[in-house]
Amino acid sequence: MKILVCISSVPDTTSKISFTDSETVFNKAGLQFIIGPYDDYALARAVELKEQSGGTVTVLNVGTVETEPQIRKALAIGADDAIRVDAEPTDSYFVAEQIANIAKEGNYDLIMMGRETTDYNSGVVHGIVGEMLGIPSFSPVMELNIDGNQAKMTREIEGGKEKLEASLPLVLGCQEPIAEWKIPNMRGIMTARTKPLNVVAPSGDSLTSISAYSMPPAKGACKMIPAEDAGSLINLLRTEAKVL
Amino acid sequence: MSILVFVELADGEIKKSSQEAIYYGAQLAKMLGTENNVLAIGEAGSDNLALAGNFGATKVLHASDDKYKAANIMAYSDILTAAAKQTGATVIISAKSSLADPVTARTAAALKAGIVGNVTALPDLSNGFTVTRSIFTGKAFAQTSISTDIKILGIKKNALSPVASTDKAVVESESFHADVNAKAFESKVTETVKAKGIIPLPEADLVVSGGRGMKGPDHWQPILDLADALGATTACSKPVSDLDWRPHHEHVGQTGVKIAPNLYIACGISGAIQHLAGVNSSKVIVVINTDPEAPFFKAADYGIVGDVFDVLPKLTAAVKAL
Ligand SMILES: Cc1cc2nc3c(=O)[nH]c(=O)nc-3n(C[C@H](O)[C@H](O)[C@H](O)COP(=O)(O)OP(=O)(O)OC[C@H]3O[C@@H](n4cnc5c(N)ncnc54)[C@H](O)[C@@H]3O)c2cc1C
Ligand SMILES: Nc1ncnc2c1ncn2[C@@H]1O[C@H](COP(=O)(O)O)[C@@H](O)[C@H]1O
Repeated sequence: MKILVCISSVPDTTSKISFTDSETVFNKAGLQFIIGPYDDYALARAVELKEQSGGTVTVLNVGTVETEPQIRKALAIGADDAIRVDAEPTDSYFVAEQIANIAKEGNYDLIMMGRETTDYNSGVVHGIVGEMLGIPSFSPVMELNIDGNQAKMTREIEGGKEKLEASLPLVLGCQEPIAEWKIPNMRGIMTARTKPLNVVAPSGDSLTSISAYSMPPAKGACKMIPAEDAGSLINLLRTEAKVL
Repeated sequence: MSILVFVELADGEIKKSSQEAIYYGAQLAKMLGTENNVLAIGEAGSDNLALAGNFGATKVLHASDDKYKAANIMAYSDILTAAAKQTGATVIISAKSSLADPVTARTAAALKAGIVGNVTALPDLSNGFTVTRSIFTGKAFAQTSISTDIKILGIKKNALSPVASTDKAVVESESFHADVNAKAFESKVTETVKAKGIIPLPEADLVVSGGRGMKGPDHWQPILDLADALGATTACSKPVSDLDWRPHHEHVGQTGVKIAPNLYIACGISGAIQHLAGVNSSKVIVVINTDPEAPFFKAADYGIVGDVFDVLPKLTAAVKAL
């Protein structure tokens, strides 16, 4: 089986977000970047599937040279080779187009992604890629088993889940508990250094652009209520906060 | 030029989140001086569909077929694309959901339309078409311009508070047929498991949530009691669902469901940044924790330093006494 895993490079989930240049530029200074947490689940499941039934895992990232540490980490976790499309990932359609271009050449059985990136939270790249390739797309997938040409999946829906069956090839947006996050071991880290990382040029355009950023208004002080008098909170929620 | 709202049905009725999307479409239609059409796929009574008028729909297109009973992402997207073409839609609107997101994503590709999700306000039309969207899981906002002729917007909960018109503005619904690629039905939903009679988390206005401080799956009763008394939906932190104390769909946060209720009551949850990311859009946050230094208090509107097993029954009693 040939699997393509698409990873984003995003600020660590504990990052304090800020902007510069009159709130027009995202401030990357001092931030640590990681593989998107959902993409990490997709990667972990892809590596498990390869270990079970053979095949290859290729990682793909649309990003500048700054993302190479995250790509090397994916290789250390168990991907066989990597492709970086050398461009700033400016918009969902643009990113999807780069992925679809690579996918068309590679004949992959599975294209695995995260349900969404944790920076822009769009959650649409998998669907766009699916339509561009004319194959089914599902997200968020929390369980995936492959039997020959058939995939059995569980997808989360509001307040529950649904079980699905479809035949390969497929595009999937993944989330836990599809697999446990994998930590690279020493051997993985060593071999990752020599695994192929091909850099290719982008093509196509962005359909959207960001002109400015802003922060939510600061929270006011927290009103403390003594535990003995806990019941009085309900009255405050009714008369003061007006949410009941 | 017109607007097309993709609405979702639950038991034949228009979902609350979709009512918000129709209302958003109606406000935008006024700004643009155009129509606000609605597309509903699946089974629904015409009375229920006519209620779309209360939220500002001009007309309802209804695609109903036995094949559409189970939601099918590929088929629904084909229908949405066809409806957009037929009505000459220039803006397609939906509420963010596990169905609408993948459906509109595919339609974005089919129409080569710029797509922006988590939209929190009406667009600014003074210089092109610019929307505000929530990014970094609620930690910031981005003003985003869409340059394509057709634009697709995913609306975040509570972006606008819909005001249903009181004079029952009933609208006509007409049946809509589209050619759906037969390949779509090769993928099948074989089983749907859904908690019955409970408002799903993304739509809930009131949420009571428990963390590791609840100390185990057998100790959830005080949370269930308060939720029951309030008519609230229950949620939990990630370790709680990882440990299988609660079902996975209850997990809120950065890697879980993102919610925006009017009231979020956090019980025995420390308030890690990844947890806050999924709940920081709540209007009012109440935190109950034994540790006065718990970081969650910094993000709270009301706080009680105390033991959940002592505090929760008091809250439940006070609600029942209302
Ligand atoms: C990439 C990544 C993504 C993540 N995504 C999420 C996410 O989406 N959602 C999420 O929730 N977490 C997420 N986490 C985990 C997060 O960092 C925290 O570990 C988690 O939120 C802690 O859960 P908790 O508050 O239930 O448990 P704890 O941190 O153990 O807190 C328990 C709290 O209960 C209090 N307590 C104990 N006993 C009582 C009592 N009797 N009465 C009252 N209070 C009591 C304690 O004082 C403590 O504050 C993520 C982590 C990572 C690395
Ligand atoms: N720059 C990127 N490079 C490679 N894959 C990406 C990139 N951005 C997003 N993806 C993939 O698409 C998924 C959905 O992203 P999004 O629609 O942007 O939220 C992510 O979880 C990734 O798997």
